[in-house]
Amino acid sequence: MSLATETPPMTRREWLLSDRPQSRLQARLGRAYMTWRRFSANRLAVVGLLILLALVLVAAFADYIAPHSPFIGNLAGARLLPPGSEGYLLGTDDQGRDILSRLIYGSRLTLMVVALVAIIAAPVGLIVGAVAGYAGGWIDAILMRVTDIFLAFPKLVLALAFVAALGPGIENAVIAIAITSWPPYARIARAETLTVRNSDYIAAVRLMGASPMRIVFRHVMPMCLSSLIVRVTLDMAGIILTAAGLGFLGLGAQPPLPEWGAMIASGRRFILDHWWVATMPGIAILIVSLGFNLLGDGLRDALDPRESGQ
Amino acid sequence: MSLSAIERGSGRRRARSRKIVATALQFLIVVATTYIGLLAVTFFIGRVIPIDPVLAVLGDRAPAHVVERTREAMGLNLALYQQFFIYVRQALSGDFGVSVLTTNPVMTDIRRVFPATIELATLGTLIGALIGVPLGVLAAVKRGSIADQIVRVIGLVGYSVPIFWLALLALLVFYARLQWVAYPGRIDIVYEYTFTPITGFYLVDALWQGQWDVFRDAFRHIILPASLLGYFSLAYISRMTRSFMLNELQQEYIVAARAKGLSEARIIWGHALRNAAVPLVTVIALSYAGLLEGSVLTETVFAWPGLGLYITNSLQNADMNAVLGGTIIIGSVFIGINLLSDLLYRTLDPRTRAR
Amino acid sequence: MSALLTVEDLRVCYPTRTGMVEAVRGVSFALGRERLGIVGESGSGKSQTGRAIMGLTPPQAQVTAKTLSFDGIDLLSAPPKLRRSLRGKRIAMILQDPKYSLNPVMSIGRQIVETLREHEDVSGAEARERALEMLAAVQIRDPKRVFGLYPHEVSGGMGQRAMIAMMLVAGPELLIADEPTSALDVTVQLEVLSILDKLVAERGMGLIFVSHDLRLVSSFCDRVLVMYAGRIVEELAASDLANAKHPYTQGLFNCMPVIGADRHPLPVLDRKPEWAL
Repeated sequence: MSLATETPPMTRREWLLSDRPQSRLQARLGRAYMTWRRFSANRLAVVGLLILLALVLVAAFADYIAPHSPFIGNLAGARLLPPGSEGYLLGTDDQGRDILSRLIYGSRLTLMVVALVAIIAAPVGLIVGAVAGYAGGWIDAILMRVTDIFLAFPKLVLALAFVAALGPGIENAVIAIAITSWPPYARIARAETLTVRNSDYIAAVRLMGASPMRIVFRHVMPMCLSSLIVRVTLDMAGIILTAAGLGFLGLGAQPPLPEWGAMIASGRRFILDHWWVATMPGIAILIVSLGFNLLGDGLRDALDPRESGQ
Repeated sequence: MSLSAIERGSGRRRARSRKIVATALQFLIVVATTYIGLLAVTFFIGRVIPIDPVLAVLGDRAPAHVVERTREAMGLNLALYQQFFIYVRQALSGDFGVSVLTTNPVMTDIRRVFPATIELATLGTLIGALIGVPLGVLAAVKRGSIADQIVRVIGLVGYSVPIFWLALLALLVFYARLQWVAYPGRIDIVYEYTFTPITGFYLVDALWQGQWDVFRDAFRHIILPASLLGYFSLAYISRMTRSFMLNELQQEYIVAARAKGLSEARIIWGHALRNAAVPLVTVIALSYAGLLEGSVLTETVFAWPGLGLYITNSLQNADMNAVLGGTIIIGSVFIGINLLSDLLYRTLDPRTRAR
Repeated sequence: MSALLTVEDLRVCYPTRTGMVEAVRGVSFALGRERLGIVGESGSGKSQTGRAIMGLTPPQAQVTAKTLSFDGIDLLSAPPKLRRSLRGKRIAMILQDPKYSLNPVMSIGRQIVETLREHEDVSGAEARERALEMLAAVQIRDPKRVFGLYPHEVSGGMGQRAMIAMMLVAGPELLIADEPTSALDVTVQLEVLSILDKLVAERGMGLIFVSHDLRLVSSFCDRVLVMYAGRIVEELAASDLANAKHPYTQGLFNCMPVIGADRHPLPVLDRKPEWAL
């Protein structure tokens, strides 16, 4: 359906920003574009996004980027070399392994932990919260009681105890962290659901005969998504720190896996004279966690302008 | 007053006292269910997850008759819910079993080490609040300025840096290189035999007994870990303070206060902060809880003989009773602080007090 | 009648992402010890005018004027400290909704005492006495009890009366009332207005009454300024409203139904773009 030929053809930007979208696709893309514009105006948020993109790329192309093997080191000739040594940009550890390569391969572990925890905890929290919020009554009361109980637990200590029982290993660490991470998402999903529950369009869908499950899944849950995404992103920063903490205590990935927290622990012995072994992994953790924080802050400001005080 | 007015008054009083009882009851139910939930989780970890719980408790080198005795004592022959019942009863009376490592009852061990953690967390939160709140106010008042950016960066780094790593670096710089602080532990071995702690908080005890050299030494030991925890605390507190203050400064009553001709200082501290203080107190309480949790990692780095170090040591030695006992204690304090902060919020905000 | 307040070519601009937006575009009037009403719809700039006079516009606003003087004091060139000392003591402002404009965590009495102690050197006891007197003056029946109450514990009408007490306790000469009754129920509106009427008359204050309600303003004030899109489109005596010359004023006036007249259909305002120029 084209307009009269007197109006000049719109540029792509005008088409996205038009306040009379002709199709659902145009409306959706337009919204996304406006959110992107708000987001990209925030330089720090873009930095966060770039950091995370870099993380993903490094993890994906580790085989091609890493100069040496992360597992096999030159025990004889290259022990504890300082950063800037020939061929070893960030130095080597006590087994002659290149720290840079270990960091690069370790990014895979970090990404894995982050992704798995997000995939496990977020949907669980979303479903619990949305069901509780929509159903109301005693279902709500029970679910929220359970959520609040879990919310009142110390995350790190519980994760510690879980791993102690399950045995060390990165999968157990992921499970332990995920178990303690879902309550905030349930709270957020429930809050959003309560706001949406009484709106007219939900009533309309109900009048059309939709079952409660369909309403919750197809209509209520998408409303919770933006707050949830912001919260998950912000939490990822803390989850990386928790995972590194577990690794530091020897409860995460086991040697010789190049998990960043474990690298700090093993470098601790040499910190007096060979500071780089313990310092470099910490910098990596700092950068990635910072990236998630910046991205999360930027997403929150972009998706909910009121918060940023515009 | 007429008779009916008196009756009405007493009726209202009765209704109000009924309401107080109802809220208290509700509160108790919340506390009870949360605590039972915590015990359920630790029970699950201790009894259900391990293939052989007794092995987890005793280790694999215990003689057979000890194993049998423990199996009976733990009631492993009973049904699961009965075991849980016994477990809860024991936990409520403070019986967390015996530690494999120290052969003491876990509760005795915990009682010995807990004050160290409390002292550290308290000092850390104090530093965090005393520095964090003014920083947050500054950032909010001078929004967008360089001061604001600096405060936000400080907070951001505090959120993103791994605490144990920063602790290691701090030790390297301030202890190994500059020798400004002392390490490890809480006081020098020299004093360990001449100093008798009363409360378990060495700073307080040393002051109380007038032992200045012990105080100085204890201070030199605690200042670095406390500052580190303080930094984490202030990163969180300053960020929340800034957020709350920004919210308050946009309100209409601030415009009204300006219309009254009040000075800017009075408006910021007497009006805006006074309103922001209500959620802020809960933030500080939660920060305290967070520091207790983080003690697990910090104490390991600083060899600080507190509950955190106790738990991690027990972990390395597969001492499940000790690990779970410590978890329950930290969990209980955590729950307690969360509920306390909820209570504080209700009492401090006059709007909710009326209800 | 000597001018208490002189405003000449007042302009208030805000920088936005799409350029400067002028909320107030060249407003001029003089006010003595009389009652002036400023009427306009949302966005007409009436509230901004009042706030600009008080010096309470947001920091990013740019306020300029050929003259903005109060009792001979040039407000625009006055140092901030001088302006602050005028606020509350000589020029006062009442805000719209007591639910939001009273500090929720301070008792009403304390907020009134605060105004007094900021501007006068009085002891705590004397300040309390005067605050109680003021509460009685706004016809609050149990001043001692209300003194200790928090804003959320009183009704809207009482809260607004407390606000009036709070702003008038230091004895200002000029009062700017920014929609003082818009957040109240109709019956309560009349009560509050009569209290305001009495106080303003007793103290010989100048009053600027900002509102969107033409009928209210016409019954309460001596003169009326009609604002539209940041400009004054008409200035006339309140009794003269039926003879309004500007089509916007006429339109507003004609929108009010009259008892006994033909009721359908009520005329609708027909906006002409040239009014906004």
